[in-house]
Amino acid sequence: MTARWISARQLRQFGMLGMNCRNVDFINRYNRRSLYPLVDNKLKTKLLAQQYAVPMPGLQFVVREQHEIGHIEQQLVDRDSFVLKPAKGSGGKGILVVTGREGDDYIKSSGARIGIADIRRHMSNILAGLYSLGGATDVVIIEDLIAFDDIFAGYSHEGVPDIRIVVFRGYPVMAMLRLATHASDGKANLHQGAVGVGLALENGRCLHAVQFGRPVSVHPDTGLTLSEIRVPAWREMLVLAAKCHDMTGLGYIGTDLVLDKHLGPQLLELNARPGLAIQIANGRGLLPRLRHAEKLPDSRKWPADQRVDYVMRHFRDSDEPVS
Amino acid sequence: MNRKLTFFSVLILLALSGILTAVLRHLETGVPFLPGQERLVWLVEARIDFSATGGPVTASLSLPDEQLPGFSLFEEQAASPGYGFSILTTGDGRRAQWTRRSATGTQSLYYSAQLVETEESSVPGLEPEVVDYPVVWDDASELAAQGVLFRATELSSNPESLARELIRLLGNPAADQNTALLLSGDISRAELLMILLGRAGIPAQSVMGLYLEDARRRQELTPMVDVYSEGEWILFNPETGETGVPPNLLLWHRGGVSVLDVTGGRGSRVSFSMIRQSVPAAQLAEASDTDSIFAEIGVHRLPIEEQSMFKLLLLLPLGAVVVVFMRIIVGLRTAGTFMPVLISLAFLQTSLLPGLISFVSVVGIGLVLRGYLSRLNLLMVSRLATLIILVIFLISALSVIGYQMGYSTGMTITFFPMIIIAWTIERMSILWEEEGPFEVLAQGGGSLFVAVVAYLLMQSSLLKHLSFNFPELNLVLLALILAMGQYTGYKLTELRRFRAMDDLM
Repeated sequence: MTARWISARQLRQFGMLGMNCRNVDFINRYNRRSLYPLVDNKLKTKLLAQQYAVPMPGLQFVVREQHEIGHIEQQLVDRDSFVLKPAKGSGGKGILVVTGREGDDYIKSSGARIGIADIRRHMSNILAGLYSLGGATDVVIIEDLIAFDDIFAGYSHEGVPDIRIVVFRGYPVMAMLRLATHASDGKANLHQGAVGVGLALENGRCLHAVQFGRPVSVHPDTGLTLSEIRVPAWREMLVLAAKCHDMTGLGYIGTDLVLDKHLGPQLLELNARPGLAIQIANGRGLLPRLRHAEKLPDSRKWPADQRVDYVMRHFRDSDEPVS
Repeated sequence: MNRKLTFFSVLILLALSGILTAVLRHLETGVPFLPGQERLVWLVEARIDFSATGGPVTASLSLPDEQLPGFSLFEEQAASPGYGFSILTTGDGRRAQWTRRSATGTQSLYYSAQLVETEESSVPGLEPEVVDYPVVWDDASELAAQGVLFRATELSSNPESLARELIRLLGNPAADQNTALLLSGDISRAELLMILLGRAGIPAQSVMGLYLEDARRRQELTPMVDVYSEGEWILFNPETGETGVPPNLLLWHRGGVSVLDVTGGRGSRVSFSMIRQSVPAAQLAEASDTDSIFAEIGVHRLPIEEQSMFKLLLLLPLGAVVVVFMRIIVGLRTAGTFMPVLISLAFLQTSLLPGLISFVSVVGIGLVLRGYLSRLNLLMVSRLATLIILVIFLISALSVIGYQMGYSTGMTITFFPMIIIAWTIERMSILWEEEGPFEVLAQGGGSLFVAVVAYLLMQSSLLKHLSFNFPELNLVLLALILAMGQYTGYKLTELRRFRAMDDLM
């Protein structure tokens, strides 16, 4: 039986990072305000990623003005699958995934069919700023659909399994795999009911898994055992995440990565205010590693490879040898 | 570490200077820290507006006597740059006189008086004197007046009952042609009553009274009639026939001559603002502290119109502290950062329960309407504008319904900031679609909870008294807010959020 409360003293023992501490000691101190647009605007992130050779899903086109929506079907005519998202959206809001077409209908990732009118409405909502921070006007990004690696087949219900890695001063400090469930409605947000799987930094193996803040051992929809999960191309993923710091200059970021069947690890988006739930999924607090990383050489001295090597050696979660 | 030290010493300095200033003000002016040990003082401000024609200007305003039923005059000032000012005591009572060689354009003259509430109700009256108004009436009116007087005299026994009968007859002109004829001219009931009493040989004088209500602006004088009956003056309200001086009525003007005379100006009018204050008995006793620095820099020096606004404004920091505490230390989620403070300010005007009911019902109905709007496929800006108009309709409808049902509180709903309500509905609706009704309840409930806590603090008489009389105490609140801005400990809600850590280890 889970206790109803936990004492602040215990949390401190676990080294749990609280919201206030995150904001004052890490976000305010290490993230320069002027750099925020680089991550809050996904279009800017994409252009920046191209410069730094960080792989991201390919950009198809951008819709900037309301009048372009009137004849949008011409631009969509020979695209079978695409992802439509607001450039300034947050928390996965306003993302529409089209996986196929049948006649005039578009098929969403959930299997539901929508018409071109729905797509138009969605686009005009995005342009008007419905999903953007503070309601500012926005642009629509249409990008390639990721071909998900089959390795996660059966682990995610409807939605996208993505990997969140928190990177501090260029050092990956904690990672988790987020699996959509029926309860989370295909979304990968933990507070909406997605399963969070903590990953060992040295090899990408499952450490713990939680749903709704409670430990789970199998996926609630598919029944597959979560402890067998091991993310492939792990080192490549960590290096990709570490590079995001070099690219943006932000000290404390959450990187969301996915594994493409053909293209390997891809950066999906960055977050300048990553959430705290990753600690519950890992069953450990962030603070000890953050304090440790504060004393390490900065990214100009150590390139991403070297930082990842250090992390895989020192931030170990199990006794298994480094892979 | 060093930076933290300076930061906190600045905070302590801020808080200390606030407390020290308050203590000094207390010692210097004698304003007590606790409400209660004090007398109620009304600050009444008369404002004369007229447009000067370019020549010499003389404005003369009748002033209240120093001893009045229920009040005594404590202090008076006049503020009118460029004008000579003096207070004259004439046979007709006290008058304020402003003079200037030449003036053009719109002129505003101010006179303000502080009046202390007293128990004294009887006041030495003037010598009774029968005033015979010179009126030129045509024969028909003359006959009508005689007819009315005759009827009233028949039905009465003394001057008091005669006056009462006359008021009753004048109050019902439809029943009697005579009174209908007399009132058809450009004459007020008070004037007519004075004339008729004069005809009957009964000493009477016209009185202009001012009803005192806290934080009112642009008030007018109410005409009354004093009737001398069997050795005492009895005040009549010619509209209602009530006798005696109501407790909140200030007798501004008694006697024959006019309230306001302006020569050299056109379109003159006088209006009154008032505010109720608590002033310590000690301060009333020694009225000599006016040149103290604290009296000079206090909010009390502002015109009364502004003071009543500051009464509310100085409470805002308190609400801000509550929001900061609830969000940083407790970890409550609210819809919109400072929306709860605006709601609680509105509660101050509406009082808690009616305010809560009307707010919840407006937002609730708004959410239902917003549900239909989302089907219309509108652009967001126009959807929001539609929502604002719907909210205005909704509030008007609720006010009308409330008024018809006899709740005047229905009207007070207009105190809610309309745009904020519309925006709240929009945000709540999106929240509902994206995160489900639970999140709407959590954030809406959180906002209301914070608003209620802020309201309860803001309406406590102690905190009201402190914030208005010791504005420097807000520095302490500022220090508190700054200190909480540096708090890096866990929020109360995180102790629950992270409870699963217990099992994982």
